[in-house]
Amino acid sequence: MTDLAVDRPAPRPSALRHVAYVLRSNPLTLIAFLLLALLLVAALFGPAIAPYDPYASDAPAALQPPSWSHWFGTDNLGRDVFSRVLVASRLDLAISVSAVALSFVMGSVLGAAAGYWGGWTDRLTSRMLDTIMAFPLFVLAMGIVSALGNTVENVVYATAIINVPFYARLVRAEVNIRREAGFALAARLSGNADWRVLALHIFPNALPPMMVQVSLNLGWAILNAAGLSFIGLGVRPPTAEWGIMVAEGANYIVSGEWWMAVFPGAALMLAVFTFNLLGDGLRDMVDPRLRT
Amino acid sequence: MAGRPKTILSRIAQALPVVVGVVIVTFLLTRALPGDPAVYFAGPSADQNSIAEVRAALGLDKPLPEQFILYVGQLLHGDLGQSISTGQPVAVELARRLPASLELTLLALLLSCSVAVPLGVLAATRPGSWVDHLCRVLVTAGVSLPTFFTGLALIYLFYYLLGLAPTPIGRLDFLYLEPERVTGFFLIDAALAGDWETWLGALRQIILPAITLGLFTLAPISRITRASMLQALSSDYVRTARAAGLTGRTVVYRYAFQNALLPVLTTLGMVFSFSLGANVLVEKVFAWPGIGSYAVDALVVSDYAAVQGFVLAMALLFVALNLAIDIAYTLVDPRIGFEKR
Repeated sequence: MTDLAVDRPAPRPSALRHVAYVLRSNPLTLIAFLLLALLLVAALFGPAIAPYDPYASDAPAALQPPSWSHWFGTDNLGRDVFSRVLVASRLDLAISVSAVALSFVMGSVLGAAAGYWGGWTDRLTSRMLDTIMAFPLFVLAMGIVSALGNTVENVVYATAIINVPFYARLVRAEVNIRREAGFALAARLSGNADWRVLALHIFPNALPPMMVQVSLNLGWAILNAAGLSFIGLGVRPPTAEWGIMVAEGANYIVSGEWWMAVFPGAALMLAVFTFNLLGDGLRDMVDPRLRT
Repeated sequence: MAGRPKTILSRIAQALPVVVGVVIVTFLLTRALPGDPAVYFAGPSADQNSIAEVRAALGLDKPLPEQFILYVGQLLHGDLGQSISTGQPVAVELARRLPASLELTLLALLLSCSVAVPLGVLAATRPGSWVDHLCRVLVTAGVSLPTFFTGLALIYLFYYLLGLAPTPIGRLDFLYLEPERVTGFFLIDAALAGDWETWLGALRQIILPAITLGLFTLAPISRITRASMLQALSSDYVRTARAAGLTGRTVVYRYAFQNALLPVLTTLGMVFSFSLGANVLVEKVFAWPGIGSYAVDALVVSDYAAVQGFVLAMALLFVALNLAIDIAYTLVDPRIGFEKR
């Protein structure tokens, strides 16, 4: 996904030049790719490069402000905040990536079926999606997690479900306008089954806008998951996760120990910011007219 | 003109299946409780008989469609069940706490609209200027802000460092008496009672959470204002108005702005949905006694009836609001029809 625009076989010889042009005219996209690399490094190698054990409490060193030995200070149990923030990136990214992947798949199947066959399939699917969208989404996620049980997997499912409508509607629209297109008819005439035409000929056309949606959605999924764990759903202490770390730090902010909440919060913001920038950048590459 | 009541009626008719869908989803969520709800409601010291009794009392021994009819019957009587933690009917608790949440959400929307709309208009009329860049930065940074984190940062800055804000606990300091309840909105009630000291006290409490929530909604509103202003400014009627020699002011405000407001109105519905979600987090941070913090407290003690009641109430509120926005839309712009979607 990250190197979508770079690795895609160029449809026109100018595609690469177009990417280069967009990157040059909007250096923020380049920054976004660099930040993404930083996040990936933290997620992949976090536990290996963390200077301290993120779960080892050290009572005498509790609540120390940031210093050379503890860059981000220590929390109320004397755990190193920097190590915890670093290690947490893997869990936070894993939750949001798996949630977005799930809603990508569910949304693609539902949207493609609705757009291709129309009729009852379409009406039923659209009604279902409308119903999901009728809820304030974060509230629906709260309800789902509380009904299914308070676990990390259920946070993933809830986040996936509330994002399905965005993907399904996108795919439905993209598939619908190409259902009767020449290349689709040709594929059908040469004896391909419906699902084959749909999956191999029509659906790939929906991928570029889907990638933009994925990127914008990833940031939102991180926020959503962190919000859920902030109110005590999903991830539980002592697990290192950004939302729960902010929640733990919240109790100390009124007495001035800001570092416990600020650093995980900043990491969270950085991650969301990265994905949003990336999404905007990808959109400029995919469809410059949509730029706002 | 004659078509207008018909348009409104058809829009209301469209909302009905959505309400039915919302009720079905909430029902399924209640019945998807982990484990056997009868065992849960009967308490830890229950034996086989009392569990069966509770199951019969809750109607859980009946087939699912029959349970659904029972559930709808209870809903029609305004019965959302009993909260286990407080012992109060959920509907009563929600009704008592709803004004606090609404006051916060509405003030936040008012604040963010009064900043975001002018900002979006200025950014659209002066592309490439510093206002435009400021708008772009705000829009990108604004959607990256976790509300609960912004709230904590504001508390640290204004309460701990500057000492300007009062202790972030609830709607009113202990020093003041609650104003007599008329609307449930403290700012309005205190003003009605002429008690300006309490009014100021309530304002001091609400301002930080409202700014927190407002910052969150700033980004989408200014983004859509800017985009729809740009579109309106590049349209034919604006070109015609300019060619006819109207002043820039008239063109921007009377022609472009009024047409650009419609998409903004639609976006407000979406923004309201996000704020209702973010409300939960803000209420938790500021110990605001609204329905969001009620739901969070209920979640912690696994008080399912309260949580599901909250989810249903929020969804119905949201459906009603979207309906109101769409109807307002038809009143503003008679061209809108809902028959073709």
